[in-house]
Amino acid sequence: MAQISAPFSAWFARRGWTIHPHQQAMVDLADAPALLLIAPTGGGKTLAGFLPTLSELAGSGHKGLHTLYISPLKALAADIRRNLSTPISEIGLAIRVEDRTGDTSQTQKKRQRADPPDILLTTPESLALLLSYEDAPRMFAGLQRLVVDEIHALAESKRGDQLMLCLARLQSICPHMRRVGLSATVENPRAIAQFLAKHPDSCEILHADPGPDPDISMLETDDYPPWSGGGAKYSIPAVLEEVARHKTTLIFHNTRAQAEIFFHNLWQANTENLPIGIHHGSLDREQRQRVEAAMVRGELRAIVCTGSLDLGIDWGDVDLVIQIGAPKNVKRLVQRIGRANHRYNAPSKALLVPANRFEVVECVAALQAVKAHDLDGDPRGRGPRDVLCQHIMIAACSGPFDESALYREVVTAGNFADLTRAEFDDCLNFVATGGYALRAYDRWQRLQKRSDGLWQLRDPRLAQKVRMNIGTIQDTDTLKVRLKNRMGGQPLGEVEEAFAATLTPGDTFVIGGQVVRYENLREMTVEVSAAPGRKPKFAVFAGTKFATSTQLSARILRMLQQERWPDLPTHTTDWLSLQRDVSRLPQQDRILVESFPHDGRPHLCIYGFAGRNAMQTLGLLVTQRMEELQLHPLGFVATDYAVLIWGLDPVADASNLLQPGVLRDSFQTWLGGNAVMKRTFRASATIAGLIDRKSPQGKKSGRQTMFSSDILYDTLLKYDPEHLMLRITREEAMKGLVDFGRIEEMLDRTAGRIDHVKTDRVTPFAAPLLLEVSKVPINGMATERLLAEEAEALMAVAGLS
Amino acid sequence: MNGYSFSFAGLALTALSSGALWWHEERVLTVSDLHLGKSDRVARRSGSLLPPYEVQDTLQRLDNDIMQTGAATVICLGDSFDDLAATDSLSEDARLWITRLQAGRRWIWIEGNHDPGPTELGGSHHMALSMPPLTFRHIADSGATAEVSGHYHPKATVRGKGHAATRGCFLYDNSRIILPAFGTYTGGLASTSEAICRLMRPEAVAILTGPAPIAIPMPRSAK
Repeated sequence: MAQISAPFSAWFARRGWTIHPHQQAMVDLADAPALLLIAPTGGGKTLAGFLPTLSELAGSGHKGLHTLYISPLKALAADIRRNLSTPISEIGLAIRVEDRTGDTSQTQKKRQRADPPDILLTTPESLALLLSYEDAPRMFAGLQRLVVDEIHALAESKRGDQLMLCLARLQSICPHMRRVGLSATVENPRAIAQFLAKHPDSCEILHADPGPDPDISMLETDDYPPWSGGGAKYSIPAVLEEVARHKTTLIFHNTRAQAEIFFHNLWQANTENLPIGIHHGSLDREQRQRVEAAMVRGELRAIVCTGSLDLGIDWGDVDLVIQIGAPKNVKRLVQRIGRANHRYNAPSKALLVPANRFEVVECVAALQAVKAHDLDGDPRGRGPRDVLCQHIMIAACSGPFDESALYREVVTAGNFADLTRAEFDDCLNFVATGGYALRAYDRWQRLQKRSDGLWQLRDPRLAQKVRMNIGTIQDTDTLKVRLKNRMGGQPLGEVEEAFAATLTPGDTFVIGGQVVRYENLREMTVEVSAAPGRKPKFAVFAGTKFATSTQLSARILRMLQQERWPDLPTHTTDWLSLQRDVSRLPQQDRILVESFPHDGRPHLCIYGFAGRNAMQTLGLLVTQRMEELQLHPLGFVATDYAVLIWGLDPVADASNLLQPGVLRDSFQTWLGGNAVMKRTFRASATIAGLIDRKSPQGKKSGRQTMFSSDILYDTLLKYDPEHLMLRITREEAMKGLVDFGRIEEMLDRTAGRIDHVKTDRVTPFAAPLLLEVSKVPINGMATERLLAEEAEALMAVAGLS
Repeated sequence: MNGYSFSFAGLALTALSSGALWWHEERVLTVSDLHLGKSDRVARRSGSLLPPYEVQDTLQRLDNDIMQTGAATVICLGDSFDDLAATDSLSEDARLWITRLQAGRRWIWIEGNHDPGPTELGGSHHMALSMPPLTFRHIADSGATAEVSGHYHPKATVRGKGHAATRGCFLYDNSRIILPAFGTYTGGLASTSEAICRLMRPEAVAILTGPAPIAIPMPRSAK
């Protein structure tokens, strides 16, 4: 058994620490080819990952790179470098630790390739870039250990898919490299282990003591939650009281827009001027860093935040986490709760705040799930092939390759283990020739097969371009927002281009917690002026909307079937009972459909409990079908639980609309022209190297030669509908925003059992949906008419008609 | 036909929603900036292999407009080819298609900055063309009147209650018309850009292409 060496024990002792059992176990199992540690936040996970490295380096005269550490966050890499330097210098070890990210200087980067440190800390993208150089084998020669931090987060994204392909490459260069994964608590450690290990090798899994259960409850408020909406404004007085009562509070929100509005409202009520900051991904980087620094110095009592604080550096003395809005996903909730109290073996404290009446049910269900340690999560599925296309291109940059050898290497990545040779060949063909049915680029192929059978870049200068496009993180099209003044103005953050396009001068919206007035657009920057005290006209700039997980939805459905609800507040049980009397309560194995007139129009409400994205898709499909049946649908609104549709004609038989065959057929037709598909296409086409990542320069110059990727999508769909990029786009869209998988899941579990209840007025469950704001008008022609009307009005005003 | 009719230099002209300009009296159809061979040039120069169907698509849309209008004269207002080498790369099918379109009508290629020279394809070749009262050239001349040009690929945004659409557009005022780019693989320059605002009078109108043409006062940058 490997022992942790004397200098380390002495150092631990000097600090008054004892080594955690899982840290010792990591040292004991240091020789395992693959090892996954599952530990809660604050469990000394990172040190556990590095202890074996430090021990090995302390004893031997290792030359070159010993351990490569990969983190999803640049900030984390820099933070860990600082944390590691403490034991290294205090113990007096001669170990060189460096980080390498997009922020590292060119000189430093060059030196690292020529003379790598003992420990290199980096990100998946920087690793991919390093592997694209011809000297990669020299740089990584002798690499012993590879540590992937926060692997649970990476495993959910294409960044992780790319990383695993890079690991396959690394393993070929360094056959003796051992893989270590560090993960927060997850529902299925085996899946992460398979993801980490070289396929088909096994992977050891270590579980750290999860610590005491969190102290989690619902926030008590004087006011009842409203019937709909997501602002949770009613909870502000109670939230402020909690902030005042604790040292530091993190207030999590599901969307940036909700965080902005809540922050705005919080400050309006913050009469004691408690120092409270805001942090989310759309804020200007400098602003975010200021908030982070203030937090580390302990100057803030609370931070209103989003998923941007789900991962990352230790926040010190957080002693309370408040989750505003239903958590949607139990696993994420548990990880967020872990942000409170990084002291090991002390329970984390968390409060849940439902934003509306339905969320009361969801919050209580989530609370029970946390207590039962019942985590959720959807299997990640096969490695996406757009990432593989990029990987093939990267391989070509690093030197000529043999296609069969590359295929054999790729399938050692767990997520690509079942990739067929034909699928691989499709990708290779795409990378080399464009993969079009019409062979047009014989002269300009990107890769050429040499006489010795190896593939190489036709033009070596291409490598430069490929390197500039490495990575899978999507740049959404965002525009910077600045305060307008002579000096250039303070940057506030970013908004989506599509949102900016709908603004007219004088419109007000919230960003960075302040209300601003839109002035104009100048050189791709949105210029605004401060408009304090004005009521924001728009609060919404789109952000990710999480869908309630399959498992949590199932738990809610089970809860609704209870005879009584002792865990729920009276205002909510009264509402559930009324729904049971007037109509029915939704069930796991049946679809409840309600019809009722409202405002002189027939309404139809379908309780599918398939999550927001899938319910939105269901709304689009059902209204399309209604259009065909000439039932004249006018619009619909979707939530995680239901979709409410209104139109001119009543629906006599809902089962007609919900037949699986019909839904699947309409799905195929509908999918082609959908905006979600175009967005997905752009992302996948960028990753696969069909189009270039937008460079900041290119964006600014606004040259008329640049054209939208939508044009490429439309053209492919018209002339080459079976092209690889379109197949990839369909696969990706099914998983993502379209989420047809959840509709399939709903159809499976309900198997055609439909209860169609007809009432003469709005039902208790449907009523909140009438109040939802994000309603979708039905067809494209309605938009054309709106635009035409607007144009006429403009012409009239200008006296031009 | 799906178009927006307006009066210019005493003539009745129609901006077709496809992006072509129709002069009914003289049966002249004008299109600008076809940029044929764009994907080939991109592949040659940058290594990106875009879907190679844009020549086919552009010609198909031009074919439709010619058939629907029964044009006697077709004027291509310059940048018809993405560069002169792209002319050589045209497939045999594309060449035959162009020849077929040219049969039985007058066909005029105006020079553009991308294609500053004659091609082997039929039709006559001009720097600029005068068909009184109109003058056709690729890049607008700021002193000219009754002028029809292209080059800028103008686009404009129309907004209405929560909706917004940005599309290629015609621009016109008392002195000139600027055509949108007709080619499939073309982007656009916002009408708010300085280059366009300098050329167009304050009362200029933008006609957006798309399912149906939409006319709005030409959007300018806020000053």
